[in-house]
Amino acid sequence: MSKLKAFLARFWQILSRPATHISLGALTISGFVAGVIFWGGFNTALELTNTETFCISCHEMRDNVYQELKTTVHFTNHAGVRATCPDCHVPHNWTDKIARKMQASKEVWGTIFGTINTRDKFLDKRLELAKHEWSRLKSNDSLECRNCHSAESMDFSVQGPRAAEAHSTFLVSGQKTCIDCHKGIAHELPNMAGVEGWN
Amino acid sequence: MKYSKSLAILSLATAILIFGWSGPDADAQEVGTSIATLRGAATLDRTNAAPRIPQTEETDRRRPRNYPEQPPTIPHKIDGYQLDKNGNQCLSCHARTRVAESGAPMISVTHFMDREGQVLATVSPRRYFCNQCHVVQASVPDNLKNTFVDIDSLLAVEKSR
Repeated sequence: MSKLKAFLARFWQILSRPATHISLGALTISGFVAGVIFWGGFNTALELTNTETFCISCHEMRDNVYQELKTTVHFTNHAGVRATCPDCHVPHNWTDKIARKMQASKEVWGTIFGTINTRDKFLDKRLELAKHEWSRLKSNDSLECRNCHSAESMDFSVQGPRAAEAHSTFLVSGQKTCIDCHKGIAHELPNMAGVEGWN
Repeated sequence: MKYSKSLAILSLATAILIFGWSGPDADAQEVGTSIATLRGAATLDRTNAAPRIPQTEETDRRRPRNYPEQPPTIPHKIDGYQLDKNGNQCLSCHARTRVAESGAPMISVTHFMDREGQVLATVSPRRYFCNQCHVVQASVPDNLKNTFVDIDSLLAVEKSR
């Protein structure tokens, strides 16, 4: 204990006293370079974990949700524009992204301990997982949808009459947000008994 | 010499076997071509080029029924609609409790009946899978000529006689 105390005291002494051998310039420049490397490395790692390849490197994602996405319009469509996992599931804004990444540490825990490592376990959990996403999109006014789909840019005249009616009344007025009606557009739905709007 | 003779007989027998059956075969082919209109002129070992997938009509206007018992056709796209034990996306608009908001026609009361005609509180399981009877429509050329006559036209003809 006293040894540790002595070590910490010595460490503090070195840290608190001005440098005697290295110039202020060297310290500043090396600090700057180290900062650039650290920040660049951090962001690179962040972006690397923000790709579909990374998501589906876990079999839970690859075998369940990714397979389902493949059959939907967000994977193949006439224009060839597609959404990857992080487009919808990770906020684009930096602070929100970091917040989501911290939440995602729970998913690392989940994959280590095999919370949903079989299809059956996944199906049992599906309602809970879906509810998380629905409430997230509900509370941020379907922000991730709106990163691509803007209500202002919607041409109601080329939409089907049904869609035009619903969008012009409920979406534009803000009574409803995308996820209220468009559940299950990219993945299969859980048992919807008791979910609002499905009864 | 002897060997080639037996070979000749054998091949003759084979030829008779094959061409002897050619009579009924030709008949079958005749029938075959008259049935295979949908398939077109391609021979058995060839596959036709797949026709383009037609655009589903999306008018959102109810189509008239050709006879009273006809299940109404769906006047809109249903691509990607989930319809399984977990959820019925059709009912998210057409259910009794949903039509006020959606403005969609409510499923008729017959959908609440079991096969004894007993009316249930909710959609009868045998009526749950909408697209067993209700289907989308597309404008495509008729593959077969349809001679269906509407009952009203039929009665009109009767009357005018």
